[in-house]
Amino acid sequence: MMRTSPPGFALASVVGAFVGALLVLAWSLLATLTTTGAASAPLGWALASGAVLGLALGALRRAKTTPAPAAWAAGATVGVAWAALSGGTPLDLAHPFWGTPAAILTWALVGQTARYGLRDIDLVRVDAHDRERVLLRGLRGVGFGFFVTIVVLPFWFMVAASLKPRAALLRDPTNLAVDLSRGVGELLVGYREVLVTFDFARFILNSSFVAIVTVAITLALAVLGAYAVTRLRFPGRAWLSRSILLIYMFPAIVLVIPLYAIFSQLGLRDTLPGLLVVYPATTLPVALYMLRSYFQTLPKDLEEAGMIDGSTRLGVIWRITLPLSLPALASVGLYVFMIAWNEFLFAFMFLDSPEIFTLSRGMVALDSQEVPRQFLMAGAVVVTVPIMILFFWFEKYLVGGLTSGGVKG
Amino acid sequence: MRGTLAAREARLAYLMLTPTFAIVFAIVLFPVLANFWIAFKPVELGDLRPPEPIVRERLRSDATAVGAEVVVRYQMRSSSQDVAIRDVVLFDTLPEGLTLTTDEPRCEVDGTDLACVFGTWDAGYRENLDLTFEAGPAYLAAGAPDPLASRPQMRGRAPNVLTDFTFTLDNFRRVIGAPDFWPSLRITLWYTVFGTIGSILLGLFAAQLLHADFLGKGFLRGVFLFPYVAPVIAAAFAWAFLLDPLSGNVNAVLKEYGLVEQAVNFLSRRTATIDLFGLELAVPMALTVVILFEAWRYFPFAFLFILARFQAIPQDMYEAADVDGASPLQRFWYVTLPQLVGILSTLFLLRFIWTFNKFDDIFLLTGGAAGTKTLTVQVYDQAFALADLGAGAAVAVVLFVILATFMVLYFRFAPEGE
Repeated sequence: MMRTSPPGFALASVVGAFVGALLVLAWSLLATLTTTGAASAPLGWALASGAVLGLALGALRRAKTTPAPAAWAAGATVGVAWAALSGGTPLDLAHPFWGTPAAILTWALVGQTARYGLRDIDLVRVDAHDRERVLLRGLRGVGFGFFVTIVVLPFWFMVAASLKPRAALLRDPTNLAVDLSRGVGELLVGYREVLVTFDFARFILNSSFVAIVTVAITLALAVLGAYAVTRLRFPGRAWLSRSILLIYMFPAIVLVIPLYAIFSQLGLRDTLPGLLVVYPATTLPVALYMLRSYFQTLPKDLEEAGMIDGSTRLGVIWRITLPLSLPALASVGLYVFMIAWNEFLFAFMFLDSPEIFTLSRGMVALDSQEVPRQFLMAGAVVVTVPIMILFFWFEKYLVGGLTSGGVKG
Repeated sequence: MRGTLAAREARLAYLMLTPTFAIVFAIVLFPVLANFWIAFKPVELGDLRPPEPIVRERLRSDATAVGAEVVVRYQMRSSSQDVAIRDVVLFDTLPEGLTLTTDEPRCEVDGTDLACVFGTWDAGYRENLDLTFEAGPAYLAAGAPDPLASRPQMRGRAPNVLTDFTFTLDNFRRVIGAPDFWPSLRITLWYTVFGTIGSILLGLFAAQLLHADFLGKGFLRGVFLFPYVAPVIAAAFAWAFLLDPLSGNVNAVLKEYGLVEQAVNFLSRRTATIDLFGLELAVPMALTVVILFEAWRYFPFAFLFILARFQAIPQDMYEAADVDGASPLQRFWYVTLPQLVGILSTLFLLRFIWTFNKFDDIFLLTGGAAGTKTLTVQVYDQAFALADLGAGAAVAVVLFVILATFMVLYFRFAPEGE
């Protein structure tokens, strides 16, 4: 059996040190964010212990990998040592979980992760390729940690801040844990206030109404337009096909002043019909473009058969094209719904009467009323949750819709 | 026969496209033209409400017996202090049984309808018109109804600054001559360039991570899309509070780990000095934060497109590279990246334009304070905060012209996109 060579040990210890530092940092951050008080981050010790652990993994290697149980055990041993040497508070934080158990768990994970990072790497004759592969694996690890942190942290903060009074945040701003001992009623006071006192329940209805009607109008017009552009021949078709998306490049802020002026004079400004004219206009080009790309993939034969059977064009669209396009309609509809639900600028500029506020507009109104931050964050959660649920439910469609047309193949 | 068939097909196509054309023209193209029009006019926010005659009516004396007098006072004034109103008329509906006894040649009663014709009112005109009526039996028989029950109406014609033909270049002179115009242009450019590059680089990195098969990949892909799907208002508020110097989490954690000594006011500090190996660097702070927000919020967009493109790269290209002994980095550099040129350049175009047009994000995060006032925020500030619609429209024209120039240049010189 081949023994790990000195360069192999060096690589293993670097990997161990790196993983150790990374996971100890994660452990420390998690402990800080979920408890009262703050954990320290002994990165020097983490690097050193990780390097030792890496050497151990190198020594325990069989063939091209270290056996998993050995890696777990070696890691856990380091964790036990950390707990023992620090008297149970390795991060200077006296806590039943984040002390000894977390130390053992973290270090066992370090062992396992470092083993995973070194799998299939030849530790006998280490060459440049191997080092590069290990480097890229390290980068991937950092990448996952980085992206999960930046994506999750703001939303975690939003939810946490909506569940605790500002005094609690001021007293202990690092703590994002939810204090369940305060009872559900007390926890949800922000939501109750926002939904009942500040009328967000009504705004939810308004936003839903606006978004659904926008989807209906946009889809109806886009289906007709996309069908005409893909299936019918007429002068100007090629030019039209190309310029559809150009409309999508027009800055909304350039439209705001004239629309504000015109709608004011027409008495459309502070009304929902006003919004319901503007939203479809801004979503139509992209909806038409997406549907066009989809219609181009549909076989013409079925429609032609329908035509021969004596159906009118509209009959063919209704009975043949639309049923075949359901997935595309779902993704376009979802995309349009998302745009209409999230829209801020026009709702902000046009709506003055609280009875017809959409959620975005309601949030601005809430912000100007000197209400506690807890309520504002509860409002933010109320705005976000419906669209997130919808999105996760139909994620496949949305992803397809977002990229269809933009990407070939 | 063929000709008529083609003509019918074309007619049908136009018919099906008409609603789209109509709505896009009314809400997008026409407003853009209107914006150019407004930019050359001295229009203020207040001018949107055209000058009009205003009236309030009061009862000076009530009648309880036949022959008694009812006196109604019409308090009228012009809403404008600087424009005359022509063809001013007052209408009111009177209760039955009242007879006008005031000798007022301008007013006439026809049955129960009162109409007074005033002609032209000068700017700032006001008048109290007392009309005396004699109560007849019919009035008292009806229980002496309140003469104020019907509200008087006034009509008049006034010039509308929006639609007349006075033009001026003052808006542009004021806007471009303002001391913060050029800085604002520079800020817009920084924001656009770095926001675009940041979101695409992050997207490329994220796509690289998810371009592999592993458990929970679908879930993670969904999570990565969060910033893009969440409403901007919620995301902006969450960031603003997260970065708050007092109760914000980021400052607390940074202080806890000793990375900063004092809480940093991320969103309202213009510049920060960074000490890099003894070299003092002044970095725009708030601007950097809004750029980071932009990159954070839109990386999922780039990520989706790049991931889709990754999956379309033929596997045998990688196999060939492996046979040639390419290292992973070489594979990325020589195989993957060339395949991405098309989508990356398309993404750059789209994100550049959209970032350039972006208003909501900056407005919600900083409101344009602390060196983050881009042109779009400037449009809003001029038109609505300073109530100068003409100046706002002028900034919008500048914005539009820059954008159009960029697009023309791009389509002339950019590599062929997809």
